[in-house]
Amino acid sequence: MKFAIQINEGPFTHQAADTAYQFTKAALENGHEIFRVFFYHDGVNNGTMYGVPPIDDRNVSAIWSELAEKYDLDLVVCVAAAQRRGIMDEDESKRHGKGAANIAPKFRISGLGQLIEAGIEADRLLVFGD
Amino acid sequence: MSETKKFVYMNRKAPYGTVYALESLEVVLIGAAFEQEVQLVFVDDGVYQLTKNQSTDGIGMKNFSKTYSALGDYDVNQIYIDEQSLKDRGLTMDDLQELTYEDEDDDWAEKSSMKLVNREQLAELIGNADVLLNF
Repeated sequence: MKFAIQINEGPFTHQAADTAYQFTKAALENGHEIFRVFFYHDGVNNGTMYGVPPIDDRNVSAIWSELAEKYDLDLVVCVAAAQRRGIMDEDESKRHGKGAANIAPKFRISGLGQLIEAGIEADRLLVFGD
Repeated sequence: MSETKKFVYMNRKAPYGTVYALESLEVVLIGAAFEQEVQLVFVDDGVYQLTKNQSTDGIGMKNFSKTYSALGDYDVNQIYIDEQSLKDRGLTMDDLQELTYEDEDDDWAEKSSMKLVNREQLAELIGNADVLLNF
């Protein structure tokens, strides 16, 4: 089956991103397709590369990056939600006169149209978080 | 993308206090460009999103309530209000702003986009959705 994933909560406060990760990983390991993972609301905070959790805890952003590297996942952070919350790639950072980018590897910033497209293209859109 | 799907947006939260109502509206407005069938449902505290005469002067938040009245221009004209949620909050349709659209199949007559639904109808709406987005 072709799934699309939407994640609405950031890392650590809510478990939503972890649950979405476990689902995505299990789906891929069982031969399903993940059309796209879309990060919205506080979910965009999963896309920061600057999180440094204690060594005995999981690093939510890093495990997404690793999974994306392994399966060539499309991890999309909503641009409007990201601008509000300070998640930026090089282009965005320059455009807004900020010092540096902070988006984690394999994440990319794009628009809400990517969410609608995922809803249209996937057999199922699964939403994680409030 | 030739396929048309039914997108149902469930709006469950008050307009202020959390960002969900505002960021739901942003999805609806962007999504309108994709020419899919769109239905909006307002349920639980979500019915407060449509109340008239909202003022955010005292809380330092952007008042985005006028944006809803533009939905008709985006061909978003299937708007469902959960009757029980209104009742539970002591509200009636008179407390809500009137959302309308111009019907191109009826000489652009102005018609209401809003419909009251009971829980049974709501369950049917949800059951018929291809893509259900909860906010």
